[in-house]
Amino acid sequence: MSVLVDQDTSVIVQGITGGEGSFHTEQMIDYGTNVVAGAVPGRGGETVQGIPVYNTVEAAVDAHDADASVVFVPPAFAADALFEALDTDLDLVVAITEGIPTQDMAKVYKQLKSADAHLIGPNCPGVITPEAAKLGILPGDIFTEGPIGFISRSGTLTYQIVSNLTERGLGQTTAIGIGGDPIIGTDFVGALELFEADPETEAVVMCGEIGGEDEEEAADYIAEYMDTPVVGFIAGRTAPPGKRMGHAGAIVSGSGTGTAQSKIDALNDAGVPVGATPEQVADYVEEVR
Amino acid sequence: MRLHEYQAKQVFAEAGIPTPESQLATTVDEAVEAAETIGYPVAIKAQVHVGGRGKAGGIEIAADEAAARSAAEAILGMDLKGYLVDRVLVEAAVDFTDELYVGVTMDRGEGQPVAMVSSRGGVNIEEVAAEHPEAIAREYIDPAFGLHPYQARKAVYEAGVDDAVALDLAGILSTLYDLWASNDASDAEINPVMITADDEIIATDAVLNIDDDALFRHPELAEMEEEAAEDDLEAKANEYGFDYVRLDGNVGIIGNGAGLVMTTLDLVDYYDGQPANFLDIGGGAKAERVRNALDMVFSDENVDAVVFNIFGGITRGDEVARGINEALEGFDELPKPVVVRLAGTNAEEGMEILNTELVQVEATLEAAVKRAVDLAEGVTA
Repeated sequence: MSVLVDQDTSVIVQGITGGEGSFHTEQMIDYGTNVVAGAVPGRGGETVQGIPVYNTVEAAVDAHDADASVVFVPPAFAADALFEALDTDLDLVVAITEGIPTQDMAKVYKQLKSADAHLIGPNCPGVITPEAAKLGILPGDIFTEGPIGFISRSGTLTYQIVSNLTERGLGQTTAIGIGGDPIIGTDFVGALELFEADPETEAVVMCGEIGGEDEEEAADYIAEYMDTPVVGFIAGRTAPPGKRMGHAGAIVSGSGTGTAQSKIDALNDAGVPVGATPEQVADYVEEVR
Repeated sequence: MRLHEYQAKQVFAEAGIPTPESQLATTVDEAVEAAETIGYPVAIKAQVHVGGRGKAGGIEIAADEAAARSAAEAILGMDLKGYLVDRVLVEAAVDFTDELYVGVTMDRGEGQPVAMVSSRGGVNIEEVAAEHPEAIAREYIDPAFGLHPYQARKAVYEAGVDDAVALDLAGILSTLYDLWASNDASDAEINPVMITADDEIIATDAVLNIDDDALFRHPELAEMEEEAAEDDLEAKANEYGFDYVRLDGNVGIIGNGAGLVMTTLDLVDYYDGQPANFLDIGGGAKAERVRNALDMVFSDENVDAVVFNIFGGITRGDEVARGINEALEGFDELPKPVVVRLAGTNAEEGMEILNTELVQVEATLEAAVKRAVDLAEGVTA
């Protein structure tokens, strides 16, 4: 079992003709992902990596009965691409694009509330169900099938901690990179709900970072609704207030909200152990499962 | 990106928000001349990106020429919480009876813009929010419609603003939202809005922070950014296209990916070292970027040792290693010890390729950080 994607998920790629889109389409296909079509305005009729391209998302979805889209469209056009995806029957939209203006995302977020689809990202590495399918840019080699659900706001930090788990024989049901932007489609709570409902997921690792209050809300949700054990990691303990640490969303505000300590305390209060190092995260996972 | 008060005020004034008469000055003589033109009393205000300027001595009221001169002399060139003051705004001082607050920001938790009004202006609004959340009226905004006029009125009345100025203030709030939206701002704020004895409203401070990711569609604002003085190294990072934050420790840190770099900083701290910086070189780790990153970290005189942490991901470890070697060849001798840790696809091949005459190699993140901390300590001790 897994969440969001499996080997049967049929996938379209928005922005498939771009450098990133084309390269990662090849990588996704190599991993075994069922990529069925691409969508790029003005490029309908072409093929990329042997995959047919359509002018509109709707045409691609209709022709191939697609379930999910991966979006590699550049930031200036990405919000439009997301609106287009949300205006179809797709169940899942994964937005890889980094640097989408926040006000654009506020409009997308509003639209998302009246859509049925899950939006993952933007500014995320994607979603992977090991040995089945990956939608995004994650390096497939480090993931392995197993009982751990994985959720993270950050790309390479995901790879780091997943490697620590994989080295200990702790494989993953599905790993979800939810993204490092201030406004994202699926937050920790949304991703935790998915894993809580998955009988194969025996424990969940959530990697948060400074900024916002998503981790605090996740702590409330875990305390109230979750039976599946959760282990946490929070990046940015040493980040100074008022400085953006790379991700648009990773900033401790002047008033002291969004600090690593407030997130660690909230998670600890909800019974979630928080590792101080990636190795400690793996230690805790071995203990709780 | 943060605009200076004088830049934000210009944007606000052009949109019709009343602001005091003012002039920018970069020398004492210019400041005195501006004060003479505007007429006393004037406020002389340091233009730096620092909160709480008043308390730190960056704002003075001057009632005559002598006072204006001594205030300008005191403020120009002063070090205000680490920032050198190189310009002041000289503006007509407002005789006020009340101070209010209006602001628009993105509530990231709600994923929605929010307009805020408070009758407790003129003080740190974040403290008001923490201690008296009920003193701030909030209206959430549907970005598809914008702030409805009735919402602006509702917020103003709910905040208990005096009837005599309520509708004018609602109008200012509507304009402020429009400016926030049209400039892709993250925050737009007036604190305080001053109310005079004859119920005039006037914006005596102005905050306009722009979403960096939207600057591509606001070239006129992007230009203003170059006027803002930055830390030399941070300016250099901008030039190289790195995400860089300078800290005050002695262990230099280079890595790829914001979360992993933050984690490397945290581990330096965990092993009792002090991080000198955050530096994210992004994907790929090509030779030129590696060289630029090393150059940046080496030019920070506080740095005693460097930890270079790359998780290969899609970029293979052996390619990353070749990039690092090529970058190292540009240096005859490394001025500071560098510990490299490679992980991910083909990491082992990568580690074998690395030029170990120049760098020290560790297989795990924890070991690499510990080693760099020890090396830095050795230099200090």
